[in-house]
Amino acid sequence: MTTGSKDQSSPKMTTHYVDLPASDEAIAKFKPGDVVYLSGVVYTAREGIYQRVLAEGQTLPMNNLEVVSNANFHCSPAAAPDGKGSYNIGGVTATASFRFSKWMADWLDATGTKLVIGKGGMPREDYTKILAPRGAVYLTTVGYGTGALLGRGVKSVKDVIWLDDLGIAQAMWLFNVENFGPFIVDSDLEGNSLFADHGDQVNAGIDKLYEGLKPPALHRYGETDNREDEVM
Amino acid sequence: MTITIDTVEEAAYTIMEKAAIDIPDDYLSGIKAMVDQEDGDLSSFVLKAMLDNYEAAKEDRRPMCADTGLPRYYVKMGDRAKLDSFVGLDKGLRMATERATREVPLRPNRVHPLWRTEHNNNLGINAPEVEWSFEPDADWIDITTVHKGGLFGSDYRMLFPGDGIDGIKRFLLDTLIAFGKRGLACQPAIVGVGIGGSKDTCMQLGKQAACLRVVGDRNPDPKIAELEDELKALGNSIGMGAMGFVGSSMVVDCNIEVGYTHTGGMPVSVHTFCLSSRRATARIHADGSITYRTDPQWFTPYMRREGIA
Ligand code: SF4
Repeated sequence: MTTGSKDQSSPKMTTHYVDLPASDEAIAKFKPGDVVYLSGVVYTAREGIYQRVLAEGQTLPMNNLEVVSNANFHCSPAAAPDGKGSYNIGGVTATASFRFSKWMADWLDATGTKLVIGKGGMPREDYTKILAPRGAVYLTTVGYGTGALLGRGVKSVKDVIWLDDLGIAQAMWLFNVENFGPFIVDSDLEGNSLFADHGDQVNAGIDKLYEGLKPPALHRYGETDNREDEVM
Repeated sequence: MTITIDTVEEAAYTIMEKAAIDIPDDYLSGIKAMVDQEDGDLSSFVLKAMLDNYEAAKEDRRPMCADTGLPRYYVKMGDRAKLDSFVGLDKGLRMATERATREVPLRPNRVHPLWRTEHNNNLGINAPEVEWSFEPDADWIDITTVHKGGLFGSDYRMLFPGDGIDGIKRFLLDTLIAFGKRGLACQPAIVGVGIGGSKDTCMQLGKQAACLRVVGDRNPDPKIAELEDELKALGNSIGMGAMGFVGSSMVVDCNIEVGYTHTGGMPVSVHTFCLSSRRATARIHADGSITYRTDPQWFTPYMRREGIA
């Protein structure tokens, strides 16, 4: 990936339609900025699940997760019982992933997960040190408010694990999905990060924006790291 | 004829549903215009996905964003409106909030700030907020709901008269850059800027400017209207678009509200109303009929007390 160019390299964005569990070959084709739609089974897992399995050492009541799904969605669905023994899923919106950074290495090792899906990406070094070496990539939701579109992609609830113990938000939901998306590839197998790359480009122009604006009468912490400074 | 609590409940429920599902036309046209101007491929892709999302929400009658924000109300009472009971009106709003949470459904977002306990209905201590205002020579009641999302994108700063317009620009840039990265503010946003008043009114004016004025509206003071244009252009010159990708789509529009303030200070607040800019208004007429719209028409000349009387 040539980082740094202002997207001119990709006037049309590449779109991948991928069946889950995603194959290594499919994932190898993902480049930062590509668009992805998923079909198959996606599972949700966040701090409640990570804590239980990784910190408390409990075993997931299914031993073949990897065969069923290798896509971990950082999400808490708006789910309500449908009266027929299953659930209605309303809107689906991702939750910010950076908070789960500390669990990722062990989780990927334990489950064979290859797609991490969420909101806002993770720090660039998580990609180079944790995801990429394990053949995993990060996909971000779009918008982030595309709850209605994502909700459409969820066809049914395949299973829900530890619902009583962990509650709707933290339980592990397995969704049958069809053309679930769009998602944008943030990191690839080389550990590139789309967000970080775009952040760098934006940062390059920031000083210029402030040129000619006179300094404020009162300073504030944040503009200085030294708490002993006076703000006047 | 007096306006009954049942009518209030019906009007409030209906705007709760409309707000959650139907993106207001002014915001929609604003986003469509931005797509045409955006040359960042990714930022433009995100905007197009949002347009699809608004369509999907409308067609499926499901909330446009799974985070349905913090529902709240703004009530404008016609001076000559006849109402069964003021406390009853408040009760009607609470009943509608509970029903909308269950039936639309909205996400029960409201929790106790310390104990994180909830009633699963978006009601609680001091919630939902209800703000009141009055309008002379009118016999209707306007009820507006706003479902503002976003933990990110709003801030307050005490500036001083010497900081001038430069100080406001600096503060706006700081806020938009900080919260725009990775799209934390879910931009492009309607940016509301409150200038003056006391700290609390400053926050309130900025929030109302963001949430209760429509895209394309301008402040009646021509110099402030010019500043609105200037701040909008400034926000869009940062180089950041939707989701923080390289681009120009940061500010759909900028609305400024001012209030007379302490002679030594110039408090300023910045608020961003996100990609799910959800608002809807019901007017309950004297005969009990209800009409709906998306422009709250909150800042009437009387509301701003433009004269000195
Ligand atoms: S800021 Fe707005 S669009 Fe973004 S998640 Fe919250 S409600 Fe949805």
